[in-house]
Amino acid sequence: MANPNGIGASVRRREDQRFLTGRGNYTDDFKRLNMTHAVHVRSPYAHARILGIDFTDAAAMPGVVAVLTGADMEADKVGSLPCGWQIHSKDGSPMKEPPHYPLARDRVRYVGDAVAVVIAETREQARDAAEMVVVDYEELPAVGSSTRAVAGGAPLVHDDAPDNVCYDWHLGDKAATDAAFANAAHVAKIDLVNQRLVPNAMEPRAAMGEYEQSNGEYTLTTTSQNPHVTRLLMGAFVLGIPEHKLRVVAPDVGGGFGSKIFHYGEEAVVTWAARKVGRPVKWTADRSESFLTDAHGRDHVSHAELAMDADGNFLALRVSTLANLGAYLSTFAPSIPTYLYATLLAGQYKTPAIYAEVKAVFTNTAPVDAYRGAGRPEACYLIERIVDVAAGVVGMDKTEIRRRNFVPKEAMPYQTPVALQYDTGDFAKNLDIALPLVDYPGFQQRRAESKARGKLRGIGFATYIEACGIAPSNVAGALGARAGLYECAEVRFHPTGSVTVFTGAHSHGQGHETTFAQIVAERFGIPIENVEIVHGDTNKIPFGMGTYGSRSLAVGGSALVKAMDKVERKAKKIAAHMLEAAETDIEVKEGRFTVAGTDKSLGIGDIALQAYVPHNFPLDELEPGLDEQAFYDPKNFTYPNGCHVCELEIDPDTGVTTIVSFAAVDDFGNVINPLIVEGQVHGGLVQGIGQALYENCVYDEESGQLVTGSYMDYCMPRADDVPSFTVRYHEDQPCTHNPLGVKGCGEAGTIGAAAAVINAVVDALSDYGITHMDMPATPEKVWRVIRDATPAMAAE
Amino acid sequence: MYAFTYQRPTSLADAATAIQAEEAKLLGGGQTLLPTLKQRLARPTDLIDLGAIPELKGIREADGGLEIGAFTRHAEVAHSDLVKRVIPALASLAEGIGDRQVRNMGTMGGSIANADPSADYPSAVVALKATVTTDRRTIAGDDFFTGMFETALEPGEILKSVRYSRPDKAAYAKFRNPASRYAIVGVFVAKFGAEVRVAVTGAAGSVFRATAFETALAADFRAEALNGLSVEADGLNADIHASADYRAHLVTVMAKRAVEAAG
Ligand SMILES: Cc1cc2nc3c(=O)[nH]c(=O)nc-3n(C[C@H](O)[C@H](O)[C@H](O)COP(=O)(O)OP(=O)(O)OC[C@H]3O[C@@H](n4cnc5c(N)ncnc54)[C@H](O)[C@@H]3O)c2cc1C
Repeated sequence: MANPNGIGASVRRREDQRFLTGRGNYTDDFKRLNMTHAVHVRSPYAHARILGIDFTDAAAMPGVVAVLTGADMEADKVGSLPCGWQIHSKDGSPMKEPPHYPLARDRVRYVGDAVAVVIAETREQARDAAEMVVVDYEELPAVGSSTRAVAGGAPLVHDDAPDNVCYDWHLGDKAATDAAFANAAHVAKIDLVNQRLVPNAMEPRAAMGEYEQSNGEYTLTTTSQNPHVTRLLMGAFVLGIPEHKLRVVAPDVGGGFGSKIFHYGEEAVVTWAARKVGRPVKWTADRSESFLTDAHGRDHVSHAELAMDADGNFLALRVSTLANLGAYLSTFAPSIPTYLYATLLAGQYKTPAIYAEVKAVFTNTAPVDAYRGAGRPEACYLIERIVDVAAGVVGMDKTEIRRRNFVPKEAMPYQTPVALQYDTGDFAKNLDIALPLVDYPGFQQRRAESKARGKLRGIGFATYIEACGIAPSNVAGALGARAGLYECAEVRFHPTGSVTVFTGAHSHGQGHETTFAQIVAERFGIPIENVEIVHGDTNKIPFGMGTYGSRSLAVGGSALVKAMDKVERKAKKIAAHMLEAAETDIEVKEGRFTVAGTDKSLGIGDIALQAYVPHNFPLDELEPGLDEQAFYDPKNFTYPNGCHVCELEIDPDTGVTTIVSFAAVDDFGNVINPLIVEGQVHGGLVQGIGQALYENCVYDEESGQLVTGSYMDYCMPRADDVPSFTVRYHEDQPCTHNPLGVKGCGEAGTIGAAAAVINAVVDALSDYGITHMDMPATPEKVWRVIRDATPAMAAE
Repeated sequence: MYAFTYQRPTSLADAATAIQAEEAKLLGGGQTLLPTLKQRLARPTDLIDLGAIPELKGIREADGGLEIGAFTRHAEVAHSDLVKRVIPALASLAEGIGDRQVRNMGTMGGSIANADPSADYPSAVVALKATVTTDRRTIAGDDFFTGMFETALEPGEILKSVRYSRPDKAAYAKFRNPASRYAIVGVFVAKFGAEVRVAVTGAAGSVFRATAFETALAADFRAEALNGLSVEADGLNADIHASADYRAHLVTVMAKRAVEAAG
């Protein structure tokens, strides 16, 4: 490798210096002269009518600047928070899209729904006054779960959504699937719940609004993964502010996991209020508010059936899923249980017929939207669980049944029966790498050793494939997206040869400032120190769709390459002029421009200088400057894939599960920075393990109260809960349709891990006749299964 | 947090005076009190920080056992060579509290005065036949815990130190709540000559002694002696982490593990 900090180098993250030394600049760190503080008054009820709001006492409290309600917003014609994706039901009717106001107007629909905002000189004063706001509620019966939402006679969350149904959608060929089932030798069945999760980014959401009266400009500083999208949605649909008068800045953001993609009501409230009170307004969630109001993830209840022939070949998959969308539609909510879920139900297998039905419902709970993996972990979990059940049904080894049904490498590109076309992948290779890592043949002996110590040992496999690099705009549009999902980059060479890159992707933990700089350093043969990556400011970056769906490198990185291509073309022109050669005679390698067959050459630095201090450019052919931008719209999704293997031990006396080893073999296409990739995998695995063993967002079904509203009850995985991971990747199957050959690695760990862990838990408990256990596999659940099965075993 | 007046007295006498103010509260390591204040669930007028009072600090050998000042942090107990030598089970109990940050701040006195049903220390107070000394009197450990978050302390009474007896053998086995890391069930087993004490925390509203276990172990100090024994599930705590019958089951499992660890 020529450049020590180029592509393929494990460069340490440049941004960590400021994060680890407390020099990061997060939204709550910003202070403005004359700044005020906002605290929201939130509903304590899951469902209630607002009969009146009395804030006379609150407004008279010390330091209070204003108390504002939904009525004030209505008077100012503030709109509803828009939804970015439209789904149509089986019968062709559009999904139900009830209004979602930043401050509730006549009804509250989940605990935490905002009804008023108090703005005061200090945060504590705002809190004091918020407690004095008297809201007269008429409590209504609530719906705390998706199953309750569709039970006959359930209360209605929205009057105009009968039976609480947002949409009733399907995908795939029902007739072909039914026919395959009719001819099946074996059928595996499963009922499972993919439980609701709270995203828990380390930095809580925050937003600061500013209004400059002299020129009518608004600035919103916010914890966002995609500031341009927030500007578009809030400006055009909610507050009616044109783009040139609205700047959205997403500075350092401390984790998102999807929960900071969406445009939230608080952002509109502070921006609007800043003008009303004529001063900057800042709001920062406390952790309790984060639990209550960050968009949650997952929450599926599914039934699935897999038809097989006598040899265990998959013939057809039938899936029916009930998805909980919460009280209102969050920005991308409708797309998650449909196009990011059902389209992945083929997994790595050549199942010829698939039919999926998804009914999405409203409930009196926090909105549900994308959370790391977003739909794909739900698909992977369902497939990999039913494949394990299927192995039991046909009496095959769990690795063999997978291998038998893999889409073979030779079949690529492969059109699945659920809309996607996989470009590359060698699934058998992933498994071949994984098996020796975990010494699969030695497992039975290890199991026996554990048994001798009174422990139950299990091994679990999960393969996954995800559609990332979201998304080809034409495909996304056909599927209901109300925006294109391209990405933008600008590459600006400065006169003395350093470079600033402006990217529409946003880094909130992914390490773009390092990875993107490596790509530039490699291309132009310059030191990485000479490259600065700028992101997260609509006034600096031409446009951007942001970061989610493992898209930054695949889409944003490709836009960067495209912009560098343009820079290089321009530089070539300048070189030709300076070297008095024909442009076609200029050869370019790592930032050096040489006249073919001569020793006449120029470095990119010389060219950049000339570009800005031109004295004799032929101006009708060659403009000064070396600054190019590009938009890149992918041709297809990318398809990261892999194989995860978990081995664990259960203590039957207590039900405690301990993960002994975990191996992840992934195909992310080409890898720019192995160190960062490994870090992304580690974090993803821990989140997947968290879902499998610890995390569970619980609402009371009837009252709609959040039971797990703090870390005393919501269990996050910790470093000492997980083993040291074995992580491998191969670069044999680069993405075929983007210039870097990259597929994305941000979500993979989360997608594969939960299924691998639960498969291992079920394997460990197989002696007790267990074929499934819902997540999280808590000690009590495991203990109870063992206890309930033990008398039966003893009787045998 | 509501506004309050912060006071930091340097003697026990000054603290005793300061706490007489209406709605004043004593501040130990703040690991329970501060989260409560942040959530605005309490509204004291004054916080009396006990951290600068020499009489409340330190670990001493006394009557063959240990006397530990109320304002001794969990980490200090966990890492004390003296505790490790005299009552190693107590050091290991302290080492198992919460996480490192909590152990570096939380104090033994705060934990005992707070009497959280899932706190660890109450089991040691009862199992180790402790005596609690306050700024006013001494209270037998057996009489100290009177219910869920309730103790024999009178309003404004300051816990000064606790004297633990030295057992022949002892161990503490804890089944921790995976989320909070408090005890879902914690069992402290201590053997003093022919007498055995088995104190159970986490399982019920307040620490209790498993007397049937004590009798069995007094006759035969081996884990097997507990085979077939269990506590009544009725009346035990139940929450989303553990039902009453699971807790009852865990009491036996943890008691056996404690006996095995005590050797
Ligand atoms: C995340 C977390 C995990 C935890 N895990 C555990 C665990 O696993 N096991 C466990 O046992 N505990 C656990 N704790 C509790 C912690 O260890 C402290 O022991 C406990 O919070 C009380 O001690 P403190 O010194 O912090 O008291 P404070 O919070 O300051 O005070 C608690 C109460 O005691 C009173 N008080 C304090 N000192 C005295 C005194 N000398 N005399 C009279 N009254 C006094 C205060 O007025 C207050 O009412 C955990 C706490 C947290 C935050």
